[in-house]
Amino acid sequence: MDHFPGTWGRPRNDVYGAYDPSYLQSTGPKTHTTSPAVTGTSVIGVKFNGGVVLATDNLASYGSLARFTDTKRLRIFGNKAVVGFGGDVSDMQYIDRLLESIDIRENYSSHGNMLNAKNLHTYLAKVFYKRRSEFNPLWNHVLVAGFDGEGKPFLSSADLLGTTFSAPHLATGFGAHLAVPILRRLFPEEKPIEEISREEAVDALKQCLKVLFYRDARSLDKYSIAVITQEGIDLKEDEQLEGQSWAFAERIKGYGAQTV
Amino acid sequence: MTSLMDHQARETVGYSFSESTASGVKQHGFYPYTDNGGSTLGITGSDFAILAGDTRSTSGYNINSRMVPKVFKIGGDDETGEGANIILSVVGFAADGTALKERLDTVVKMYKYQHGKPMTVSACAQRLSTILYQKRFFPYYVHAILAGLDEEGKGALYSYDPVGSYEREQCRAAGAAASLIMPFLDNQVNFKNQYIPGSGEGHALAAKKAEPLPLETVKGLVRDAFTSSVERHIEVGDNLQMVIITKDGIQEVYHPLKKD
Amino acid sequence: MFRNNYDNDAVTFSPQGRIFQVEYAQEAVKQGSVVVGLVNKTHAVLVGLKRNAEELSSYQKKIIEIDSHMAIAIAGLASDARVLSNFMKQQSLGSKMTYGRPIPLERIVTQIGDRAQTNTQHYGKRPYGVGLLVAGVDEAGPHLFEFQPSGLIHEMVACAIGARSQMARTYLERNLDKFADCSRDQLINHGLRALKETLSQDKELTVDNTSVGVIGLAPEGSKGRIESFKLYEGQETVPLLEALERSEASGTVEDESMEVDS
Repeated sequence: MDHFPGTWGRPRNDVYGAYDPSYLQSTGPKTHTTSPAVTGTSVIGVKFNGGVVLATDNLASYGSLARFTDTKRLRIFGNKAVVGFGGDVSDMQYIDRLLESIDIRENYSSHGNMLNAKNLHTYLAKVFYKRRSEFNPLWNHVLVAGFDGEGKPFLSSADLLGTTFSAPHLATGFGAHLAVPILRRLFPEEKPIEEISREEAVDALKQCLKVLFYRDARSLDKYSIAVITQEGIDLKEDEQLEGQSWAFAERIKGYGAQTV
Repeated sequence: MTSLMDHQARETVGYSFSESTASGVKQHGFYPYTDNGGSTLGITGSDFAILAGDTRSTSGYNINSRMVPKVFKIGGDDETGEGANIILSVVGFAADGTALKERLDTVVKMYKYQHGKPMTVSACAQRLSTILYQKRFFPYYVHAILAGLDEEGKGALYSYDPVGSYEREQCRAAGAAASLIMPFLDNQVNFKNQYIPGSGEGHALAAKKAEPLPLETVKGLVRDAFTSSVERHIEVGDNLQMVIITKDGIQEVYHPLKKD
Repeated sequence: MFRNNYDNDAVTFSPQGRIFQVEYAQEAVKQGSVVVGLVNKTHAVLVGLKRNAEELSSYQKKIIEIDSHMAIAIAGLASDARVLSNFMKQQSLGSKMTYGRPIPLERIVTQIGDRAQTNTQHYGKRPYGVGLLVAGVDEAGPHLFEFQPSGLIHEMVACAIGARSQMARTYLERNLDKFADCSRDQLINHGLRALKETLSQDKELTVDNTSVGVIGLAPEGSKGRIESFKLYEGQETVPLLEALERSEASGTVEDESMEVDS
């Protein structure tokens, strides 16, 4: 017999597990995002002669759960630039709305849209830096692709801390470990981007996506790819990874609980 | 499952309400800083000042980019840097470095606008200290070095800690390889531990007196300092950026460093 | 007792639909010494006639740099212009900070236009007593804008405001078709000629009273995209004034090409 009337009818810890009382907190300091929830994995990009290619897969994970399998993580800005998002998907959607309102404002100007990819990257980095300084970060790592003020191909990265850097090929998240070495081998630094064709660049990214799908547990074989040239943006959002070969998996032994 | 239950059974009553509403355990916190590696170095002479830095940007064991300069012209034209008479190097957390550089740049431009003359290096040095100290409790995580020519035309160099303590010096190394470079500089610029041969016995041995070095010698020291840092520090490499300020203006040169 | 019952504040219409305070503010512009601005396909030029309050005083500032890509020329209350130029300077630096690009001229001119308009619709406020010519370069090329205390803004090919500016405008109108394709030096020459038209009989353009500001697109193959704002004052104006004299003597606007002027 339970002698505590206050406990009658309440879920018991031995049946339901301990209750997390932090949800009951109605007062206390204002809290911010301290970890991402629904996330996208790597973004990869490479410059070629006359443009930039950017690719992501279409997965949004909830922890280890493959939650949404057709999330478009490449966003176009004003027919001039593409932003590829890794990290929190809700923060991505917030930033996308932000960019849309800027695009609308820019188009009110009689001279048309004048913010290029470089300007957009500067702006995004400032937004990220401001939010991190308020301890209220936007949990993303993005690549911005397009052209700079002189019409040269532009590819640059910005992350939740406001850190920025630029290189002929870039990758976020897992891609920084798996894709960048492949890209560096295919397109060595001393090779000028003028010698890289569009086809080579696209093929390289597909190869990287495949390797990522093999080895990144939070990735998908459905992907988006955007080719940005002076003629415009060619965005494909419903692509399927082709030519997979899982033969190597047979030979992998000795990890974790597997003993045979 | 049983082990979980055991853990709970050890707690006395076992009902949720018995726990306090003080927030729970875990929570993956947000840390607003990162270290982007790299090293900087500044040396002055009688009529010049040099600031130098490598151009590698890292996160952990990853190389973000091989071309992220750390030395900036302050108060000049945005595109070309023309009209500047002060240079600044920042190493540490790159996003804070960029923010700090842009703030100081704006301050120097506003000064020129309001007073109709360029800011002196000593005034700028004092102002930079204030800017850093204002963020005493959420510091810019950078080691800054400011350089220019003083009112007498002599090379001037000021070095800072992240919260604004500063000092005018002949030379200073900062960043990842500071501990490797600084002792070399003590010996080669300020002639520490160098004595005049045959000037006496034991304590009577006269120390070699430090005097300003010619530009070519200093350039050589800078290159030696970096080529040797590259050998011993993984965060230093790719390219050496050297910015030299003389009465004739600012000259900027890049030299390749090892990329391993 | 009152000459006019409808000019006690800047928010009341007269029965004829006029706001007298705004019109008075425009009179203040007409009291200021003249400034002229003009653009061609590559450059924007501002020229101004500086006055000194008395023999012993210095000459007033007529052309103010806002940023490396933009400057204003003022006619009217200089102190009001200072408030506006401070604001513009901040906006311009702000835009460079957040987007890394020079602020489009139309954007910043609209902003000061909106500020000026606010002063004509809120009780207790006073319109700016200054007119501006805003010249500069942005992504879309060189521009010239006129700004009036009413908040009116217009993009112009050529414009003059201030005392006796009608004479300059007449010159500009007569020579309008020559501006678009002329060179940088010719454009300055046209500006100085327009300015000279406004002078009364006993006055001359001198190194002391002439200000010239030039801003434009950099020639092909130069370091930056723009030729940063350059202000010519004092001795620096000597070559410009000499070129003006020569061109008047020959009846042409001087340049390497020696274009014939009607």
